[in-house]
Amino acid sequence: MKWEPVIGIEVHVELDTDSKMFCGCRVSFGDPPNTHVCPVCLALPGSLPVPNRKAIQEIIRLGLALNCRINPDSVFHRKNYYYADLPKNYQISQFDVPVCVDGWLDVESDETRFRVGIERVHMEEDTGKSVHVGEGGRIHSAAETLVDFNRAGTPLVEIVSRPDLKSAADARTYAQELRAVVVETGVSDARMERGSIRFDANVSIRPEGSPRLGVKVEIKNMNSFRSLEKAIRSEIGRQTALVTAGERVVMETRHWDEEAEVTHGMRTKEGSSDYRYFTEPDLAPMAFDSSWVEEARSLLPELPALRRDRYRGMGVRPAAARVLASSDPRLRSLFEEAVESGADPVAAGNWVTGEVTASLRRREASVGELPLRGDQIAALTRMVSEGRVSAGAAREVLEGVMDGEGSPSEVATRRNLLQLSDRTALEEVVEEVMAANPEAVERYRSGEGKVRGYLMGQVMRATSGRADPRAVNEILSARL
Amino acid sequence: MPSQPLSITSAGAALRSGETTSVELLAAVMSRAEMTESELHCYLNLDREGAMSAARRADRELDRGEDRGPLHGIPVAVKDNMCTRGLETTCSSKILAGYRPPYDATAVARLREAGAVIVGKTNLDEFAMGSSTENSAYGPTRNPWDTGRVPGGSSGGSAAAVAAGSAIAALGSDTGGSIRQPASLCGVVGLKPTYGLVSRYGLVAFASSLDQIGPLTRTVRDAALLLSAVAGHDPADATSYAGQTPDFAGSLDRGVDGLRLGVVKELGGEGYQPEVSEATEMMLEKLAARGAEVTEVSLPLFDVALSAYYLIAPAECSANLARFDGMRYGLSVKGSTASDTMSDTRAEGFGPEVIRRILLGTYALSAGYFDAFYGQAQKVRSLLLDEFSEAYEKVDVLVSPTSPTTAFRLGERTQDPLAMYMSDICTIPSNLSGHPAISVPIGLDSEGLPIGFQVMAPALGERLMMAVAAEVERLAGFDALPPPALAPPPGVPL
Repeated sequence: MKWEPVIGIEVHVELDTDSKMFCGCRVSFGDPPNTHVCPVCLALPGSLPVPNRKAIQEIIRLGLALNCRINPDSVFHRKNYYYADLPKNYQISQFDVPVCVDGWLDVESDETRFRVGIERVHMEEDTGKSVHVGEGGRIHSAAETLVDFNRAGTPLVEIVSRPDLKSAADARTYAQELRAVVVETGVSDARMERGSIRFDANVSIRPEGSPRLGVKVEIKNMNSFRSLEKAIRSEIGRQTALVTAGERVVMETRHWDEEAEVTHGMRTKEGSSDYRYFTEPDLAPMAFDSSWVEEARSLLPELPALRRDRYRGMGVRPAAARVLASSDPRLRSLFEEAVESGADPVAAGNWVTGEVTASLRRREASVGELPLRGDQIAALTRMVSEGRVSAGAAREVLEGVMDGEGSPSEVATRRNLLQLSDRTALEEVVEEVMAANPEAVERYRSGEGKVRGYLMGQVMRATSGRADPRAVNEILSARL
Repeated sequence: MPSQPLSITSAGAALRSGETTSVELLAAVMSRAEMTESELHCYLNLDREGAMSAARRADRELDRGEDRGPLHGIPVAVKDNMCTRGLETTCSSKILAGYRPPYDATAVARLREAGAVIVGKTNLDEFAMGSSTENSAYGPTRNPWDTGRVPGGSSGGSAAAVAAGSAIAALGSDTGGSIRQPASLCGVVGLKPTYGLVSRYGLVAFASSLDQIGPLTRTVRDAALLLSAVAGHDPADATSYAGQTPDFAGSLDRGVDGLRLGVVKELGGEGYQPEVSEATEMMLEKLAARGAEVTEVSLPLFDVALSAYYLIAPAECSANLARFDGMRYGLSVKGSTASDTMSDTRAEGFGPEVIRRILLGTYALSAGYFDAFYGQAQKVRSLLLDEFSEAYEKVDVLVSPTSPTTAFRLGERTQDPLAMYMSDICTIPSNLSGHPAISVPIGLDSEGLPIGFQVMAPALGERLMMAVAAEVERLAGFDALPPPALAPPPGVPL
């Protein structure tokens, strides 16, 4: 029997608000432990939550960007479970009336385009952080566990997809697209390495073509898109091996082990947990004004999918358009400024997604440190199309510009990279080459066409590669 | 000339006329406490130093002509489930033994702002769960009228302190009757305001959708004054009422002429102590004689309100008390894992009634039972509110006894939780509806125990409710005092 995977992704995003979800403490990262805490986020007796208006506005913006319907009277619930880093031993979350429901996201990769359903986007609060110290340092082998409550109460949005994904690669593509939308709306910096965006996957398999869903396994602890893809692939493999061997998949939560590249079952059986959700009595139901929601919708920025189409409409190659549409806004504005300054969109797109990005990587520089302007890209592409520099030399010109040596033409001149297209000078060079290689000239003239390439190479060598190949060709044709 | 123990009103007058000082008032209250505490145990903690410095400050301010209003310089007791900065706050539970909050509850902060002198923290049923103050981990409070009897609960310490004169007034909290029932059993006035009128910030939560802070005082006027000091919007409580609060003492002399009083049919008859019913009847006749239109009103869902309450309140408490886990504050019984520490701490720190309610609530919220229990109770609650609304189309206020019986004996109901729960049969509906209600003493039974009369009003109907309560107070002319050894001394002749 052939088996097919069914995958859904749950994403947690920490919102980039100034203060926490239910108190005035600052949202922080990397500060000394327990320095951003108060009676509310420490759950001291008697303290009460007050919702963060900004966070609610942000989740609505995100929901709209994901094409969701906004519930006008959304409510908070308590999700009850005991854990040392959960101060109240319940999490204020949402249950049956989340802020945003029934959305979708259009996703594409080199191979496919598809739509992923968004079941819900709901508001909740983050937990504190357990720090396992001493001995093994892992959950089960640490001597001690300390808790840092700086993160406790950080506004957290959970985005739950429908089980629409059919492969590990698709899941990765979806996750990347979703992250791009999150970044675009500006609700979070969405940095995986800081945990400000976290992906969990629900994976099950079923006989190919079956309408029924299999038993799902939740996998956690993936800290990069690569590991998300690998973890899902590994889990699909594990489940397929199980059922092929006649065994059953058990509903459970499994941890991805980055080093061993396998998932491990957790000791606790979470499949049986009962969170005893009930309406949070400390908070009144929310009430969203529909005109406010419509205004928020109209103020949404251009999202990656639309931008992709726009770039393609400008003639940018599909792959470059996709990369560019989801790239850092500063890279995009570099591209857009270049086009505005007269660059050919195809060339500008290729430069920005290709050589500029590569150069940044080589320099280990961030986009924020980008020492380049759009008009410089435009000038560079013009120099190439006009034949003033070769494609290869243009890369060196870019480096020079990024090194702060001046405008592209200044760099090309200073570094002696301009193509030689002066007819008289080139004719002299060709004469010299022909004089130095009489044999080759003879062979060519007697019908050995490929010798022409050799002669061309000699001309290039004599000019350190700066000779305009078109002009050299013309002269060679005339002389030979 | 009759001479009564000090009230906020009489003490305030004496302060301003220069007859007494806040320090003297405090000394009088403290000496009462010295005399009665060994017998009554109203307080878990008397804050002698803090109170004295507050009293001195109050006097200095008055000397300078700075008058913070009616509560200025008045010794007030606070139930020990409200956070007091730096002052031990235990909720009568072992799990919070020695716990000193880093902040004041909003109601406490407002008391201080109003110039009140906080005498100390009063005893209660653990986490306010109970109707007799016997569920305190630190021993019960006794009723000043008969020390073999309970003061009611859960605000039993506050009620008994006011009755015995070891406080001039007190704050309590009322989740199912915890202000009104002890007020009734101790012969003082107890008022539960409209839900949201007094901030719950800093009140250690029992059942968040029902809890409300309110005054226990000697007179209806005092209740109005104390309520005015603590009521009003608080941005730290998202369920706090955002509108303006009225002058609660403004309509106390209005009388009942032309008002429609609805006698709740379901709160009387079988199970009610005959003397309680008789005293209630007599009061209704007197009110009618003053021009009130008295009719009987039936609210059938009152019969199931108790059951709904005992699902909703435990459900909420099962989550509210989850934070007491030995991780951050209070008792911590170290186990070999975090999970063991949590369960060992809770098993050791909570008393049996608290554990019973956490279990009840956990069960009521569990998958497979939720709809039948918690869900059903919420439906009852919403229908009950409809029933109240219908009734308030026909009448202005509803009236009933506050408690089916006068004070019962210590130990009498501790082995029978259901009998104990029945103590709150008259008070619970107003918590479920979020409406205000007040208990006013109207007389004594044949054993010399106080009887309370309850007036209920629609949301934010405090002014009308207190107008009726003030008339009840005048008509009852209740000036009886507990036996001499425990009765507060007469204050300033009025």
